[in-house]
Amino acid sequence: MTMKQWLLPSLFASTCLFSIAAGAGPIENYSPVTADRLKNPEPGNWMLYRRTYDGQGYSPLDRINTSNVKNLVPVWTFSTGVVEGHQSPPIVNNGAMFITTPQGQVIALNAKTGDEYWRYKRQLPDDLFQLHPTNRGVGLWQDKLYLATTDDHVVALDAKTGKVLWDTKVQDYRKGQYLTLMPLIVDGKVIVGGSGGEFGVRGYVVAFDADTGKELWRTFTIPGPGEPGHETWSGDDWKTGGAPAWMTGNYDVETRTIYWGTGNAAPWPGETHPGDNLYSTSVLALDPDNGKIKSYFQYHQNDSWDWDEVDAPMLVDLQRDGRTIKSLIHPGRNAIFWVLERKPEGIKYVAGWPFVYTDVWKGIEPSGKPIVDPAHKPGIGKRVEFCPSLWGGKDWPSAAYSQNTRLVYVPANENFCGGFTGEKLPLVPGQLWLGTKPEDIGLKVRPGATHFGELQAWDPATGKKVWSHNFPKSHLFGSVTVTAGDLVLVGGTNDRMFRAFHAKTGELLWEQKTNSGIVGMPVAYEVDGTQYIAVQSGWGVDAQRIQDALATQNNVGVENNVPQGGVVWVFAVKK
Amino acid sequence: MSSPSDQTRRTIILTALATAVHASAPRSAAAEEDAPGSDLRPQKADVLVFAEGDRAGEVIKPQDLKPGGPAVRAWPKDPKTSVVRKGSRLNEVVVVKLDPAELDDSTRPRSADGIVAYSAICSHAGCPITAWVKAAQGEKDVLKCVCHNSEFDPRQSAQVVFGPAPRRLAALPLAIADGSLTVAGTFVGKAGAQQGG
Repeated sequence: MTMKQWLLPSLFASTCLFSIAAGAGPIENYSPVTADRLKNPEPGNWMLYRRTYDGQGYSPLDRINTSNVKNLVPVWTFSTGVVEGHQSPPIVNNGAMFITTPQGQVIALNAKTGDEYWRYKRQLPDDLFQLHPTNRGVGLWQDKLYLATTDDHVVALDAKTGKVLWDTKVQDYRKGQYLTLMPLIVDGKVIVGGSGGEFGVRGYVVAFDADTGKELWRTFTIPGPGEPGHETWSGDDWKTGGAPAWMTGNYDVETRTIYWGTGNAAPWPGETHPGDNLYSTSVLALDPDNGKIKSYFQYHQNDSWDWDEVDAPMLVDLQRDGRTIKSLIHPGRNAIFWVLERKPEGIKYVAGWPFVYTDVWKGIEPSGKPIVDPAHKPGIGKRVEFCPSLWGGKDWPSAAYSQNTRLVYVPANENFCGGFTGEKLPLVPGQLWLGTKPEDIGLKVRPGATHFGELQAWDPATGKKVWSHNFPKSHLFGSVTVTAGDLVLVGGTNDRMFRAFHAKTGELLWEQKTNSGIVGMPVAYEVDGTQYIAVQSGWGVDAQRIQDALATQNNVGVENNVPQGGVVWVFAVKK
Repeated sequence: MSSPSDQTRRTIILTALATAVHASAPRSAAAEEDAPGSDLRPQKADVLVFAEGDRAGEVIKPQDLKPGGPAVRAWPKDPKTSVVRKGSRLNEVVVVKLDPAELDDSTRPRSADGIVAYSAICSHAGCPITAWVKAAQGEKDVLKCVCHNSEFDPRQSAQVVFGPAPRRLAALPLAIADGSLTVAGTFVGKAGAQQGG
């Protein structure tokens, strides 16, 4: 069938003419994605953001392992034609790969050969203000794909053809509402959370019917009048208080509970929004059927540091203190490595410790509330410095947990501090509302720093760091994936390298220089008995911002020379 | 090289002002944005008005601008209908007064008494140009998009001198008529980002 033949019958033919570029044609023999397949994914597939609902970022594949990874070679590459930060994992379903790029593009590829099936290109508005021009992937359900866009729509595509099936506006992009996350799919619901904390929005998580795009429920992350937690806000601050929810949540299949992270309160200085500010910088336990908040844990109160805690905690059955704990593990942007427990009565604090240097916290109360040093809490009218910087000890790039080693692998940043001068500024819808001058945001390297990025391996049962690998000339800004072959896979550095480390020892086993820097998420998959490793290389967004800041530091010696441009890299062991 | 926090931070518009801005933004602003012609790109003979600050909405005169900056954010205004063209953010411009001797041969003909104007929307990802700061490389002050650190030299047709922006800012030719800054032609180049936002 020619492209023309399969476009014309569509009700959305006119859209498709814009949506689909030349390609080989529709995917034959597509494997519909069911609830059971998402709950128990085949080892060779990667169909959720972190492969499984528990968010561990762990692949059970072991054909590529510590003994043969030295023979890993590229088998195909694919240029996306787009610059800026390529942050999505290549999603793989029985030989079909789907990648997303900045500018709202989805490309369907043959996962074995790299041949293109089809391409969807969103026509973004000319006046769109893209603070974070990126996308973190498509969700799968039955024979459909779901894309969240920076102009604040959720779009359903036919997985075989790329044809637009429905397109639902979520909110108004002109008011600073936008979407960058990969939708979470739970039992026929497409669930997304909004970005826009920098614009003074009221954060939310919303679910749509996967077949129709109809909104099913919407839960605001800041409680309104009469709702529990509303008393933690003053006056009308709740209307514009931030707490965005811009990363994909994880899901406890057993208890049917979604765990979703929330971002900082807005604007940044806490003096501008007195109170604990629920549910900013928290993890929420949500009922997928109605969005009801079952429980929560707030990582820190009255956020003043721009420390989004949106990266959802990993669900891990942890052996600790002589018992099995159904835990939530979250290396926080606020520099604390959190171990929480999913108890029937709600989320409970178990343990927490700093995993990078911080001068903000004096300790943690038994309840799990961190104790702040006011000398390092930004306020109005004064310059305040704090460590780590506003990018935190670990930003949105995800950590991983190995079911083999029982270790957590953290893409951390050490020796970064920062600061700003808080100002009380009125909100202008659609314009940045940070509570400081944007050009006042600083990043400073701690005196005597020997490195910046640090890949860390932690034992969550004991709180001990087992190994770490330091990067002397680069930050580490990329998600980690770990495999049953005991490989820890990560990019994230400004030398454009993609690396494999020994999961038990931290030994660097393999590295490959790529076209750009990698801020995308590595995945492992299998087709016809061959295991592959895939990742997108494409530097940009906050990785680039940190790079800019490093390049202008005195005596650091970091050059600002990472090229941009997205390429999908796929590797296999040379036979 | 200096650290960002050490850099000269002469605010453009943005900040101090920013705000006041809206403190003073009248409730009729939305209606104004819907007025006929409000979303048209700047037209020849439009005047320029302050986009923010205590004088938001007032016509900009050459003497309102301090030589050497900072830059000022402005909207075009139809002098016949008094419609401010704020119906599209793509109409916002930044205006800065420079030493005419610093302007290159492409820029000088579009300037008026050393004053130059450019689109306030970055060609990279559509963020606003909000800062007038010392360049990351060199000693001159430049226009900057703080979202992604792109910098543009207004003395050289706003060509990119730092950061990821793929092309210069669109230029808006200026003239002085009846003592006020006026638009002398349509944008030279595309206002806004290269690919949609």
